[in-house]
Amino acid sequence: MIDLDNVAYSYGGAELFSQVRLSLAAGSFHFLTGPSGAGKTTLLKLCYGELQATSGQVRLFGEDAAMMDRDAVAMSRRRIGVVHQDCQFLDHLPLTENIALPLTVSGREADAEANLGDLLGWVGLRNQAAQFPPQLSGGERQRAALARAVIMSPHVIIADEPTGNVDWEMSQRLLTLLVELNRMGKTVLIATHDMNLIRAAKSQVTTRVLRLKDRRLMQAGGEL
Amino acid sequence: MKFDISRVVELIAGDPQADRAVPPTGFTARLTLFTAGAMAFLAVFAMALSFATGRLADRWSSELARTSTLRISAPADQADAQVRAALAVLETTPGVAAARALTPDEQRALLEPWFGPDLPVEDLPIPQLIEIIEDGTGYDPTGLRARLQAEVPAAVLDDHTRWREPLIAAANRLRSLGWVAIVLIGASTGAMITLAAQAALAANAQVIRVMRLVGARDIYIARAFVRRFTLRALAGAAIGTFAGMFAVWLLPSADVAGGFLTGLGFQGVHWLWPLVIPPLAAVVAFFATRAAALRTLREQS
Repeated sequence: MIDLDNVAYSYGGAELFSQVRLSLAAGSFHFLTGPSGAGKTTLLKLCYGELQATSGQVRLFGEDAAMMDRDAVAMSRRRIGVVHQDCQFLDHLPLTENIALPLTVSGREADAEANLGDLLGWVGLRNQAAQFPPQLSGGERQRAALARAVIMSPHVIIADEPTGNVDWEMSQRLLTLLVELNRMGKTVLIATHDMNLIRAAKSQVTTRVLRLKDRRLMQAGGEL
Repeated sequence: MKFDISRVVELIAGDPQADRAVPPTGFTARLTLFTAGAMAFLAVFAMALSFATGRLADRWSSELARTSTLRISAPADQADAQVRAALAVLETTPGVAAARALTPDEQRALLEPWFGPDLPVEDLPIPQLIEIIEDGTGYDPTGLRARLQAEVPAAVLDDHTRWREPLIAAANRLRSLGWVAIVLIGASTGAMITLAAQAALAANAQVIRVMRLVGARDIYIARAFVRRFTLRALAGAAIGTFAGMFAVWLLPSADVAGGFLTGLGFQGVHWLWPLVIPPLAAVVAFFATRAAALRTLREQS
Protein backbone atom coordinates (compact mmCIF):
# COMPACT_ATOMS: atom_id res chain seq x y z
CA MET A 1 0.00 0.00 0.00
CA ILE A 2 2.45 2.63 1.22
CA ASP A 3 6.20 2.08 1.38
CA LEU A 4 8.95 4.36 2.61
CA ASP A 5 12.43 3.32 1.60
CA ASN A 6 15.39 4.99 3.28
CA VAL A 7 13.44 8.24 3.51
CA ALA A 8 14.82 11.43 4.98
CA TYR A 9 13.12 14.74 5.51
CA SER A 10 14.76 18.06 6.24
CA TYR A 11 13.16 21.38 6.96
CA GLY A 12 15.02 24.67 6.82
CA GLY A 13 18.31 22.80 6.49
CA ALA A 14 17.76 20.76 9.64
CA GLU A 15 17.20 17.04 9.29
CA LEU A 16 13.98 15.93 10.98
CA PHE A 17 14.56 12.23 10.39
CA SER A 18 16.42 9.94 8.03
CA GLN A 19 16.90 6.29 7.07
CA VAL A 20 13.20 5.68 7.61
CA ARG A 21 11.93 2.38 6.30
CA LEU A 22 8.25 1.63 6.61
CA SER A 23 5.90 -0.68 4.80
CA LEU A 24 2.17 -0.50 5.39
CA ALA A 25 0.86 -3.81 4.13
CA ALA A 26 -2.80 -4.31 3.29
CA GLY A 27 -4.87 -4.94 6.41
CA SER A 28 -2.09 -4.03 8.84
CA PHE A 29 -2.56 -1.87 11.95
CA HIS A 30 0.27 0.45 12.96
CA PHE A 31 0.80 2.92 15.74
CA LEU A 32 3.38 5.67 15.41
CA THR A 33 4.64 7.13 18.66
CA GLY A 34 7.40 9.47 19.70
CA PRO A 35 8.04 12.68 21.55
CA SER A 36 6.53 15.95 20.42
CA GLY A 37 8.50 17.47 17.59
CA ALA A 38 9.99 14.15 16.52
CA GLY A 39 8.26 14.42 13.15
CA LYS A 40 5.25 12.11 13.48
CA THR A 41 2.91 14.45 11.62
CA THR A 42 5.54 15.04 8.94
CA LEU A 43 5.96 11.30 8.50
CA LEU A 44 2.20 10.92 8.12
CA LYS A 45 2.15 13.72 5.54
CA LEU A 46 4.78 11.86 3.54
CA CYS A 47 2.51 8.82 3.70
CA TYR A 48 -0.42 10.64 2.09
CA GLY A 49 1.60 12.73 -0.33
CA GLU A 50 1.19 16.14 1.22
CA LEU A 51 4.97 16.45 1.56
CA GLN A 52 7.81 15.19 -0.59
CA ALA A 53 10.75 13.35 0.99
CA THR A 54 14.08 15.14 0.89
CA SER A 55 15.71 11.86 -0.09
CA GLY A 56 14.75 8.22 -0.38
CA GLN A 57 11.64 6.93 -2.01
CA VAL A 58 7.98 7.05 -0.98
CA ARG A 59 5.70 4.73 -2.92
CA LEU A 60 1.97 5.27 -2.79
CA PHE A 61 0.15 2.20 -4.10
CA GLY A 62 3.27 1.20 -6.01
CA GLU A 63 3.90 4.61 -7.57
CA ASP A 64 6.90 6.73 -6.74
CA ALA A 65 5.41 9.81 -5.06
CA ALA A 66 8.23 12.00 -6.38
CA MET A 67 7.26 11.12 -9.94
CA MET A 68 3.52 11.67 -9.47
CA ASP A 69 1.96 14.79 -10.93
CA ARG A 70 -0.45 16.86 -8.87
CA ASP A 71 -3.52 15.11 -10.24
CA ALA A 72 -2.04 11.71 -9.43
CA VAL A 73 -1.37 12.80 -5.85
CA ALA A 74 -4.99 13.97 -5.58
CA MET A 75 -6.19 10.63 -6.94
CA SER A 76 -4.03 8.71 -4.44
CA ARG A 77 -5.49 10.78 -1.60
CA ARG A 78 -8.90 9.46 -2.52
CA ARG A 79 -7.59 6.03 -1.55
CA ILE A 80 -6.27 7.31 1.79
CA GLY A 81 -8.63 8.53 4.49
CA VAL A 82 -7.00 11.07 6.78
CA VAL A 83 -8.17 12.07 10.25
CA HIS A 84 -6.48 15.14 11.71
CA GLN A 85 -6.30 16.06 15.34
CA ASP A 86 -7.99 19.39 14.50
CA CYS A 87 -10.37 17.64 12.09
CA GLN A 88 -10.20 20.30 9.36
CA PHE A 89 -13.79 20.92 8.37
CA LEU A 90 -15.40 23.56 6.21
CA ASP A 91 -17.30 25.47 8.85
CA HIS A 92 -19.82 26.99 6.45
CA LEU A 93 -21.11 23.60 5.34
CA PRO A 94 -23.35 21.33 7.44
CA LEU A 95 -21.96 18.09 8.79
CA THR A 96 -23.47 15.94 6.04
CA GLU A 97 -21.83 17.99 3.30
CA ASN A 98 -18.51 17.95 5.16
CA ILE A 99 -18.60 14.19 5.48
CA ALA A 100 -19.62 13.83 1.84
CA LEU A 101 -16.89 16.22 0.63
CA PRO A 102 -14.54 13.47 -0.64
CA LEU A 103 -17.39 12.11 -2.78
CA THR A 104 -18.29 15.61 -3.94
CA VAL A 105 -14.79 16.50 -5.12
CA SER A 106 -14.60 13.12 -6.88
CA GLY A 107 -17.79 13.78 -8.82
CA ARG A 108 -19.64 11.04 -6.95
CA GLU A 109 -22.28 13.15 -5.21
CA ALA A 110 -24.91 10.53 -6.01
CA ASP A 111 -23.15 8.00 -3.77
CA ALA A 112 -23.45 10.32 -0.80
CA GLU A 113 -27.22 9.76 -0.55
CA ALA A 114 -26.73 6.01 -0.27
CA ASN A 115 -23.81 6.06 2.16
CA LEU A 116 -24.42 8.97 4.48
CA GLY A 117 -27.28 7.51 6.54
CA ASP A 118 -25.42 4.33 7.47
CA LEU A 119 -22.19 6.19 8.05
CA LEU A 120 -23.78 8.73 10.39
CA GLY A 121 -25.38 5.85 12.27
CA TRP A 122 -22.04 4.01 12.50
CA VAL A 123 -20.31 7.01 14.09
CA GLY A 124 -23.37 7.92 16.15
CA LEU A 125 -24.04 11.31 14.60
CA ARG A 126 -27.49 10.86 13.03
CA ASN A 127 -28.97 13.59 15.24
CA GLN A 128 -26.18 16.02 14.39
CA ALA A 129 -26.47 15.64 10.61
CA ALA A 130 -27.78 19.15 9.99
CA GLN A 131 -25.43 20.86 12.41
CA PHE A 132 -22.38 22.84 11.43
CA PRO A 133 -18.88 21.86 12.64
CA PRO A 134 -18.53 24.68 15.19
CA GLN A 135 -21.69 23.37 16.88
CA LEU A 136 -20.16 19.93 17.52
CA SER A 137 -18.22 18.72 20.56
CA GLY A 138 -14.62 17.53 20.25
CA GLY A 139 -15.63 13.88 20.22
CA GLU A 140 -18.37 14.46 17.68
CA ARG A 141 -15.93 16.28 15.43
CA GLN A 142 -13.44 13.41 15.65
CA ARG A 143 -16.13 10.89 14.74
CA ALA A 144 -17.28 13.10 11.91
CA ALA A 145 -13.68 13.34 10.68
CA LEU A 146 -13.47 9.55 10.79
CA ALA A 147 -16.72 9.29 8.83
CA ARG A 148 -15.35 11.66 6.20
CA ALA A 149 -12.11 9.67 6.07
CA VAL A 150 -13.90 6.41 5.30
CA ILE A 151 -16.75 7.57 3.04
CA MET A 152 -14.70 6.84 -0.09
CA SER A 153 -14.01 3.36 1.24
CA PRO A 154 -10.27 4.03 1.17
CA HIS A 155 -7.62 1.35 1.39
CA VAL A 156 -5.68 3.15 4.10
CA ILE A 157 -6.78 5.17 7.14
CA ILE A 158 -4.22 7.58 8.57
CA ALA A 159 -5.09 9.31 11.83
CA ASP A 160 -2.98 11.99 13.50
CA GLU A 161 -3.64 12.10 17.24
CA PRO A 162 -7.31 11.25 16.74
CA THR A 163 -7.92 11.02 20.48
CA GLY A 164 -5.87 14.06 21.45
CA ASN A 165 -8.87 16.22 22.28
CA VAL A 166 -11.34 13.69 23.65
CA ASP A 167 -11.91 11.86 26.92
CA TRP A 168 -11.05 8.21 27.51
CA GLU A 169 -14.54 6.97 26.81
CA MET A 170 -14.60 8.75 23.46
CA SER A 171 -11.08 7.44 22.74
CA GLN A 172 -12.42 3.94 23.23
CA ARG A 173 -15.32 4.58 20.86
CA LEU A 174 -12.99 5.93 18.20
CA LEU A 175 -10.60 3.02 18.66
CA THR A 176 -13.47 0.59 18.28
CA LEU A 177 -14.41 2.21 14.98
CA LEU A 178 -10.82 2.06 13.73
CA VAL A 179 -10.50 -1.58 14.77
CA GLU A 180 -13.74 -2.34 12.93
CA LEU A 181 -12.31 -0.73 9.82
CA ASN A 182 -9.14 -2.79 10.15
CA ARG A 183 -11.21 -5.95 10.44
CA MET A 184 -12.85 -4.94 7.16
CA GLY A 185 -9.39 -5.11 5.63
CA LYS A 186 -8.38 -1.45 5.82
CA THR A 187 -4.80 -0.55 6.62
CA VAL A 188 -4.62 1.71 9.66
CA LEU A 189 -1.81 4.01 10.77
CA ILE A 190 -2.33 6.08 13.92
CA ALA A 191 0.07 8.63 15.35
CA THR A 192 -0.51 9.02 19.07
CA HIS A 193 1.04 9.82 22.43
CA ASP A 194 -1.64 7.82 24.19
CA MET A 195 -0.04 4.59 25.48
CA ASN A 196 -3.30 3.47 27.03
CA LEU A 197 -4.92 3.64 23.60
CA ILE A 198 -2.16 1.46 22.17
CA ARG A 199 -2.55 -1.07 24.98
CA ALA A 200 -6.30 -1.12 24.45
CA ALA A 201 -5.81 -1.71 20.74
CA LYS A 202 -3.31 -4.52 21.32
CA SER A 203 -5.95 -6.40 23.23
CA GLN A 204 -8.29 -6.27 20.22
CA VAL A 205 -6.12 -6.50 17.13
CA THR A 206 -2.61 -7.35 16.01
CA THR A 207 -0.68 -4.11 15.92
CA ARG A 208 2.80 -2.99 15.15
CA VAL A 209 4.06 -0.08 17.19
CA LEU A 210 6.73 2.21 15.73
CA ARG A 211 8.64 4.86 17.55
CA LEU A 212 10.13 7.96 15.98
CA LYS A 213 12.96 9.15 18.16
CA ASP A 214 16.36 10.73 17.64
CA ARG A 215 15.65 11.11 13.91
CA ARG A 216 15.13 7.40 13.41
CA LEU A 217 12.07 5.17 13.12
CA MET A 218 12.29 1.95 15.09
CA GLN A 219 10.15 -0.81 16.46
CA ALA A 220 8.85 0.17 19.92
CA GLY A 221 10.33 -1.82 22.74
CA GLY A 222 9.19 -3.23 26.06
CA GLU A 223 7.84 0.00 27.48
CA LEU A 224 4.49 -1.07 26.11
CA MET B 1 2.85 24.96 -20.61
CA LYS B 2 0.77 22.44 -22.50
CA PHE B 3 -2.67 23.72 -23.46
CA ASP B 4 -5.33 21.23 -22.46
CA ILE B 5 -8.71 22.05 -23.99
CA SER B 6 -10.55 19.59 -21.75
CA ARG B 7 -9.40 21.56 -18.70
CA VAL B 8 -10.69 24.79 -20.19
CA VAL B 9 -14.04 23.14 -20.90
CA GLU B 10 -14.14 21.86 -17.32
CA LEU B 11 -13.50 25.37 -16.06
CA ILE B 12 -16.19 26.93 -18.21
CA ALA B 13 -18.75 24.28 -17.32
CA GLY B 14 -18.41 25.09 -13.64
CA ASP B 15 -19.63 23.05 -10.73
CA PRO B 16 -22.21 24.29 -8.24
CA GLN B 17 -20.85 21.83 -5.64
CA ALA B 18 -17.36 23.30 -5.99
CA ASP B 19 -18.92 26.74 -5.67
CA ARG B 20 -20.58 25.71 -2.43
CA ALA B 21 -17.34 24.42 -0.98
CA VAL B 22 -15.79 27.87 -1.22
CA PRO B 23 -17.57 30.33 1.06
CA PRO B 24 -18.53 33.64 -0.53
CA THR B 25 -16.09 36.43 0.22
CA GLY B 26 -18.01 39.70 0.24
CA PHE B 27 -15.07 42.03 -0.23
CA THR B 28 -13.65 40.40 -3.34
CA ALA B 29 -17.13 39.96 -4.79
CA ARG B 30 -17.89 43.65 -4.44
CA LEU B 31 -14.44 44.63 -5.70
CA THR B 32 -14.78 42.51 -8.83
CA LEU B 33 -18.30 43.72 -9.53
CA PHE B 34 -17.34 47.36 -9.07
CA THR B 35 -14.11 47.10 -11.08
CA ALA B 36 -15.79 45.33 -13.98
CA GLY B 37 -18.66 47.83 -13.94
CA ALA B 38 -16.45 50.93 -13.79
CA MET B 39 -14.07 49.63 -16.44
CA ALA B 40 -16.92 48.71 -18.77
CA PHE B 41 -18.41 52.18 -18.31
CA LEU B 42 -15.07 53.74 -19.28
CA ALA B 43 -14.65 51.31 -22.15
CA VAL B 44 -17.98 52.42 -23.60
CA PHE B 45 -16.77 56.02 -23.62
CA ALA B 46 -13.41 55.07 -25.10
CA MET B 47 -15.25 53.15 -27.79
CA ALA B 48 -17.59 56.07 -28.46
CA LEU B 49 -14.60 58.41 -28.69
CA SER B 50 -12.87 56.05 -31.08
CA PHE B 51 -15.88 55.78 -33.35
CA ALA B 52 -16.56 59.54 -33.24
CA THR B 53 -13.00 60.49 -34.15
CA GLY B 54 -13.03 57.81 -36.80
CA ARG B 55 -16.11 59.36 -38.35
CA LEU B 56 -14.53 62.79 -38.11
CA ALA B 57 -11.37 61.63 -39.85
CA ASP B 58 -13.38 59.86 -42.54
CA ARG B 59 -15.52 62.92 -43.13
CA TRP B 60 -12.59 65.26 -43.33
CA SER B 61 -10.66 62.99 -45.63
CA SER B 62 -13.54 62.08 -47.93
CA GLU B 63 -15.64 65.25 -48.02
CA LEU B 64 -12.86 67.77 -47.98
CA ALA B 65 -10.28 65.91 -50.01
CA ARG B 66 -12.08 66.66 -53.27
CA THR B 67 -13.11 70.21 -52.49
CA SER B 68 -11.30 73.52 -52.37
CA THR B 69 -12.35 77.09 -51.73
CA LEU B 70 -11.56 80.20 -53.71
CA ARG B 71 -11.90 83.42 -51.77
CA ILE B 72 -12.49 86.67 -53.69
CA SER B 73 -11.70 89.75 -51.61
CA ALA B 74 -12.46 92.66 -53.90
CA PRO B 75 -14.20 96.04 -53.61
CA ALA B 76 -17.97 95.73 -54.00
CA ASP B 77 -18.05 97.24 -57.48
CA GLN B 78 -15.46 94.75 -58.76
CA ALA B 79 -16.60 91.66 -56.90
CA ASP B 80 -19.03 90.29 -59.51
CA ALA B 81 -16.53 90.74 -62.32
CA GLN B 82 -13.81 89.01 -60.32
CA VAL B 83 -16.15 86.13 -59.49
CA ARG B 84 -17.11 85.69 -63.14
CA ALA B 85 -13.46 85.80 -64.16
CA ALA B 86 -12.54 83.26 -61.51
CA LEU B 87 -15.35 80.93 -62.59
CA ALA B 88 -14.18 81.27 -66.18
CA VAL B 89 -10.64 80.29 -65.18
CA LEU B 90 -11.93 77.35 -63.20
CA GLU B 91 -14.15 76.10 -66.05
CA THR B 92 -11.09 75.73 -68.22
CA THR B 93 -8.83 74.26 -65.54
CA PRO B 94 -8.11 70.56 -66.05
CA GLY B 95 -9.09 68.52 -63.01
CA VAL B 96 -11.89 70.80 -61.86
CA ALA B 97 -15.24 69.03 -62.14
CA ALA B 98 -17.41 71.91 -60.97
CA ALA B 99 -17.16 75.35 -59.47
CA ARG B 100 -19.87 77.58 -58.08
CA ALA B 101 -20.17 80.74 -56.03
CA LEU B 102 -21.84 80.24 -52.66
CA THR B 103 -25.17 81.98 -52.29
CA PRO B 104 -25.69 84.64 -49.60
CA ASP B 105 -27.77 82.10 -47.63
CA GLU B 106 -24.95 79.56 -47.69
CA GLN B 107 -22.41 82.19 -46.60
CA ARG B 108 -24.81 83.29 -43.84
CA ALA B 109 -25.10 79.68 -42.65
CA LEU B 110 -21.32 79.40 -42.46
CA LEU B 111 -21.11 82.49 -40.27
CA GLU B 112 -24.15 81.69 -38.16
CA PRO B 113 -22.25 79.82 -35.39
CA TRP B 114 -20.23 83.00 -34.71
CA PHE B 115 -22.63 85.85 -35.53
CA GLY B 116 -26.01 84.27 -35.07
CA PRO B 117 -28.89 84.13 -37.57
CA ASP B 118 -30.07 86.92 -39.89
CA LEU B 119 -26.62 88.38 -40.49
CA PRO B 120 -26.90 90.91 -43.39
CA VAL B 121 -24.04 89.43 -45.39
CA GLU B 122 -25.05 91.42 -48.48
CA ASP B 123 -24.24 94.68 -46.67
CA LEU B 124 -20.94 93.55 -45.18
CA PRO B 125 -17.53 93.48 -46.90
CA ILE B 126 -17.35 89.74 -46.71
CA PRO B 127 -15.29 87.88 -49.30
CA GLN B 128 -17.24 85.85 -51.84
CA LEU B 129 -16.50 82.15 -51.64
CA ILE B 130 -16.36 79.80 -54.61
CA GLU B 131 -16.58 76.08 -54.01
CA ILE B 132 -14.38 73.98 -56.27
CA ILE B 133 -15.06 70.28 -56.72
CA GLU B 134 -12.28 68.24 -58.24
CA ASP B 135 -12.70 65.36 -60.61
CA GLY B 136 -10.96 62.02 -60.08
CA THR B 137 -7.58 63.25 -61.35
CA GLY B 138 -7.53 66.50 -59.38
CA TYR B 139 -6.05 69.82 -60.47
CA ASP B 140 -2.58 71.29 -60.15
CA PRO B 141 -2.88 73.87 -57.33
CA THR B 142 0.44 75.57 -58.18
CA GLY B 143 -0.58 76.07 -61.82
CA LEU B 144 -4.06 77.28 -60.83
CA ARG B 145 -2.62 79.78 -58.36
CA ALA B 146 -0.36 81.16 -61.08
CA ARG B 147 -3.30 81.58 -63.50
CA LEU B 148 -5.48 83.19 -60.84
CA GLN B 149 -2.71 85.59 -59.85
CA ALA B 150 -2.55 86.76 -63.45
CA GLU B 151 -6.27 86.88 -64.24
CA VAL B 152 -8.04 87.33 -60.86
CA PRO B 153 -5.63 89.11 -58.52
CA ALA B 154 -8.21 89.28 -55.69
CA ALA B 155 -8.58 85.46 -55.55
CA VAL B 156 -6.96 83.32 -52.88
CA LEU B 157 -7.04 79.56 -53.38
CA ASP B 158 -7.40 77.39 -50.31
CA ASP B 159 -7.12 73.72 -51.18
CA HIS B 160 -7.65 72.73 -47.47
CA THR B 161 -4.49 70.62 -47.46
CA ARG B 162 -2.76 72.93 -45.05
CA TRP B 163 -5.22 72.29 -42.21
CA ARG B 164 -6.97 69.13 -43.37
CA GLU B 165 -3.96 66.81 -43.15
CA PRO B 166 -2.94 67.58 -39.56
CA LEU B 167 -6.59 67.39 -38.50
CA ILE B 168 -7.02 64.01 -40.12
CA ALA B 169 -3.76 62.85 -38.54
CA ALA B 170 -4.94 64.13 -35.16
CA ALA B 171 -8.33 62.46 -35.54
CA ASN B 172 -6.71 59.19 -36.55
CA ARG B 173 -4.35 59.39 -33.61
CA LEU B 174 -7.27 60.08 -31.29
CA ARG B 175 -9.06 57.05 -32.73
CA SER B 176 -5.98 54.91 -32.06
CA LEU B 177 -5.76 56.30 -28.55
CA GLY B 178 -9.37 55.30 -27.99
CA TRP B 179 -8.55 51.69 -28.87
CA VAL B 180 -5.36 51.79 -26.80
CA ALA B 181 -7.49 53.03 -23.89
CA ILE B 182 -9.81 50.05 -24.37
CA VAL B 183 -6.85 47.65 -24.31
CA LEU B 184 -5.50 49.35 -21.18
CA ILE B 185 -8.92 49.17 -19.56
CA GLY B 186 -9.00 45.44 -20.34
CA ALA B 187 -5.52 44.94 -18.91
CA SER B 188 -6.42 46.93 -15.78
CA THR B 189 -9.56 44.86 -15.37
CA GLY B 190 -7.47 41.71 -15.63
CA ALA B 191 -4.98 43.03 -13.07
CA MET B 192 -7.68 44.05 -10.60
CA ILE B 193 -9.48 40.75 -10.94
CA THR B 194 -6.19 38.90 -10.49
CA LEU B 195 -5.63 40.78 -7.23
CA ALA B 196 -9.17 40.09 -6.09
CA ALA B 197 -8.83 36.41 -6.98
CA GLN B 198 -5.53 36.17 -5.12
CA ALA B 199 -7.13 37.81 -2.10
CA ALA B 200 -9.99 35.32 -2.28
CA LEU B 201 -7.56 32.41 -2.61
CA ALA B 202 -5.52 33.65 0.35
CA ALA B 203 -8.67 34.13 2.42
CA ASN B 204 -9.69 30.56 1.59
CA ALA B 205 -6.32 28.88 2.20
CA GLN B 206 -7.85 26.63 4.85
CA VAL B 207 -10.73 25.66 2.56
CA ILE B 208 -8.24 24.81 -0.16
CA ARG B 209 -6.21 22.73 2.29
CA VAL B 210 -9.27 20.74 3.32
CA MET B 211 -10.35 20.17 -0.26
CA ARG B 212 -6.88 18.93 -1.14
CA LEU B 213 -6.86 16.68 1.88
CA VAL B 214 -9.96 14.89 0.62
CA GLY B 215 -8.58 14.46 -2.90
CA ALA B 216 -9.72 17.54 -4.84
CA ARG B 217 -7.70 18.20 -7.97
CA ASP B 218 -6.35 21.69 -8.59
CA ILE B 219 -8.68 22.13 -11.51
CA TYR B 220 -11.69 21.38 -9.30
CA ILE B 221 -10.63 23.98 -6.73
CA ALA B 222 -9.73 26.54 -9.39
CA ARG B 223 -13.08 26.01 -11.09
CA ALA B 224 -14.98 27.31 -8.07
CA PHE B 225 -13.00 30.56 -8.12
CA VAL B 226 -12.88 30.93 -11.90
CA ARG B 227 -16.59 30.44 -12.35
CA ARG B 228 -17.42 32.83 -9.55
CA PHE B 229 -15.13 35.61 -10.76
CA THR B 230 -16.13 35.16 -14.39
CA LEU B 231 -19.81 35.53 -13.55
CA ARG B 232 -19.13 38.53 -11.31
CA ALA B 233 -17.12 40.24 -14.05
CA LEU B 234 -19.83 39.48 -16.59
CA ALA B 235 -22.54 40.92 -14.35
CA GLY B 236 -20.49 43.99 -13.39
CA ALA B 237 -19.48 44.68 -16.98
CA ALA B 238 -23.07 44.30 -18.18
CA ILE B 239 -24.23 46.89 -15.65
CA GLY B 240 -21.34 49.23 -16.52
CA THR B 241 -21.88 48.82 -20.25
CA PHE B 242 -25.58 49.61 -20.15
CA ALA B 243 -24.94 52.55 -17.84
CA GLY B 244 -22.26 53.79 -20.24
CA MET B 245 -24.52 53.37 -23.26
CA PHE B 246 -27.28 55.25 -21.47
CA ALA B 247 -24.85 58.07 -20.60
CA VAL B 248 -23.66 58.25 -24.21
CA TRP B 249 -27.25 58.29 -25.40
CA LEU B 250 -27.92 61.26 -23.11
CA LEU B 251 -25.11 63.29 -24.70
CA PRO B 252 -26.31 66.13 -26.97
CA SER B 253 -26.34 65.20 -30.62
CA ALA B 254 -23.99 66.82 -33.12
CA ASP B 255 -26.73 68.75 -34.93
CA VAL B 256 -27.98 70.43 -31.81
CA ALA B 257 -24.44 71.38 -30.77
CA GLY B 258 -23.78 73.32 -33.90
CA GLY B 259 -22.61 71.27 -36.78
CA PHE B 260 -18.85 71.15 -36.37
CA LEU B 261 -18.41 68.30 -33.90
CA THR B 262 -19.43 64.95 -35.25
CA GLY B 263 -20.95 64.03 -31.90
CA LEU B 264 -19.41 61.81 -29.21
CA GLY B 265 -21.70 58.86 -29.55
CA PHE B 266 -22.63 55.82 -31.53
CA GLN B 267 -24.45 55.79 -34.82
CA GLY B 268 -26.35 52.93 -36.40
CA VAL B 269 -24.78 49.52 -35.97
CA HIS B 270 -22.05 51.05 -33.84
CA TRP B 271 -24.56 50.87 -30.97
CA LEU B 272 -24.05 47.09 -31.05
CA TRP B 273 -20.31 47.31 -30.44
CA PRO B 274 -20.48 48.02 -26.67
CA LEU B 275 -22.37 44.75 -26.28
CA VAL B 276 -19.10 42.88 -26.78
CA ILE B 277 -17.68 44.48 -23.62
CA PRO B 278 -19.41 42.21 -21.02
CA PRO B 279 -18.37 38.94 -22.72
CA LEU B 280 -14.87 40.33 -23.20
CA ALA B 281 -14.72 41.26 -19.52
CA ALA B 282 -15.83 37.72 -18.68
CA VAL B 283 -13.09 36.27 -20.89
CA VAL B 284 -10.51 38.54 -19.24
CA ALA B 285 -11.77 37.51 -15.80
CA PHE B 286 -11.76 33.84 -16.78
CA PHE B 287 -8.14 33.81 -17.86
CA ALA B 288 -6.96 36.18 -15.10
CA THR B 289 -8.60 34.11 -12.36
CA ARG B 290 -7.56 30.82 -13.89
CA ALA B 291 -3.92 31.90 -14.07
CA ALA B 292 -4.02 33.33 -10.54
CA ALA B 293 -5.76 30.27 -9.11
CA LEU B 294 -3.52 27.67 -10.70
CA ARG B 295 -0.38 29.65 -9.85
CA THR B 296 -1.48 30.10 -6.23
CA LEU B 297 -2.43 26.44 -5.92
CA ARG B 298 0.99 25.44 -7.25
CA GLU B 299 2.68 27.76 -4.77
CA GLN B 300 0.58 26.56 -1.84
CA SER B 301 1.48 22.91 -2.38
